[in-house]
Amino acid sequence: MTDLCDRTATELSAGLASGELSAVDLTESCLSRIDAVEDRVKAFLTLTPEVARERAVELDVHRATGAPQSAVAGIPLALKDVLTTRGIRTTCGSRILESYVPPYDCTPWTRLSGEGAVLLGKTNCDEFAMGSSNENSAFGPVHNPWDLDAVPGGSSGGSAAAVAAGEVVWALGTDTGGSVRQPAALCGVVGLKPTYGLVSRYGLIAFASSLDTVGTFTRSVPDAAVLLGAIAGRDPRDATSLDAPPVASDLDRGIAGLRVGVLDGTFGEGVAQGVRDAVRAALDRLDALGAEVGEVSLPHADYALSAYYLIAPSEASSNLARYDGVRYGFRVEGGADSMEMMARTRGQGFGAEVKRRIMLGTYALSAGYYEAYYGQAQKVRTLIIRDYERAFEECDVLVSPTSPTTAFKIGERADDPMAMYLSDVFTIPANLAGVPAISLPCGLDPAGLPVGLQFTGPVLGEQVLFRAAETLERDLGLDLRPPLLSGV
Amino acid sequence: MPVEIDVDRVARLARLELTPEEKERLRLQLGLILEHAAKVGEAAADDVPPTAYAIARANVFRPDVPEPSLTHEAALSNAPEAEEGRFKVPRIVETGS
Repeated sequence: MTDLCDRTATELSAGLASGELSAVDLTESCLSRIDAVEDRVKAFLTLTPEVARERAVELDVHRATGAPQSAVAGIPLALKDVLTTRGIRTTCGSRILESYVPPYDCTPWTRLSGEGAVLLGKTNCDEFAMGSSNENSAFGPVHNPWDLDAVPGGSSGGSAAAVAAGEVVWALGTDTGGSVRQPAALCGVVGLKPTYGLVSRYGLIAFASSLDTVGTFTRSVPDAAVLLGAIAGRDPRDATSLDAPPVASDLDRGIAGLRVGVLDGTFGEGVAQGVRDAVRAALDRLDALGAEVGEVSLPHADYALSAYYLIAPSEASSNLARYDGVRYGFRVEGGADSMEMMARTRGQGFGAEVKRRIMLGTYALSAGYYEAYYGQAQKVRTLIIRDYERAFEECDVLVSPTSPTTAFKIGERADDPMAMYLSDVFTIPANLAGVPAISLPCGLDPAGLPVGLQFTGPVLGEQVLFRAAETLERDLGLDLRPPLLSGV
Repeated sequence: MPVEIDVDRVARLARLELTPEEKERLRLQLGLILEHAAKVGEAAADDVPPTAYAIARANVFRPDVPEPSLTHEAALSNAPEAEEGRFKVPRIVETGS
């Protein structure tokens, strides 16, 4: 038996429209779930129950007047704590922003709020979204609802865990190198990274500006399409934002004849057996559903990780220069002058991974090394974009595992940055090329942990992703309920 | 071979005060990461143009009309120290005695 908070937004929205349930019921259902599990999951950095309750009451009053409401109205939502919310503390999981209260809202929240979404809180994440396990948060790790000793993935681990545990119905995260898709895979939910620019970055506290995207965590593929629809489109406040293409109405037309390219490396040696088996079974289903399943390769994919770990830290070292002890709350006093104050504030305000990437980026951009590292990495980026263009001449969508492994134990990889970086091998190329990708659960491994399958599409090809993913999701018909919830 | 970097110089450029332990750890870790990252040098020939943004946009303009923006008070609201509508910082220039 499931509670309201375990259902999909699409079901709940229909229930709200018919008057069968109220926004207050739904909000209370999520708040009770939070009471029951949050002390073990630790998905949130800030909870906003009062604001949520007030909003839910207003929505029910408004609905009673017969006014039509949006598909996101009344649906409880969480935002990753790198998305600014006016008057609500936004920390980026960092000591240096511990007391930062933004004076403005990010555009995705402005849009959702305008349509009546109910915000339940801000979710934990790796500091400044740098990490693949959520262990880099200054405020402690998030625990995976499928195994409380395991990581939820990262960097948007809190958003993924909150949706998996039924604490909210859906959530926003950000994806710079896989930070939506990988935690979605490890927590058994659907994670979408849209085309670069399709969702405004205004109010997304910058990590790597040419790679950062805002993405969604949902319990179903149709929910992802609805949530994306509510936040997508051009924003005068983000010059890189794009017009949203018209939404196709063929989501449920099946995938007969769809050309699906299986990326080489899908069954490579770094991929865990349990992941291979689940992905292979899903590919068989795609075949049975009439897709033309073939093989495809991105010849320069081997270089993607190297390019990413130069480009992202370089951009980060520049973006994070603004945390100088002058404007954002945290300051370590006692230096002889401004320069010393700044170096001390940053030395004590940032955690180990953030310092590592600032150092890496500063080095890669410094005189004498720029061409060999950053310059070359940007050329590799061109080669990866060309690889995708060629692949999409032969295929409509590409498929691979989302992550080479299922959820790993907290602490297991904490001292080995290279091993941690390798967990992003399937997700990073899409960020370099700006193309959209979606992760959906395709089964469980022998340990009972969810396996994620990733579809990648061409630029602005979200519709084909939704079509492929929804068809597979419906066919697999998985009933994913983390063991944590059997007692509640 | 791991890359050998001058950690003190990079930390100074990055305005980061690091402990001796942090410096030693970073020297080793960055050396290994850069060894891996240097692979980008093998991949791209000279005639490959660099890409800064995957989805290229030309200049994006808007009409030159003032729009509402943050108030002074809001902009300063997170400052550790402010005075007379300005951010306040410790001494920057030496004053002659």
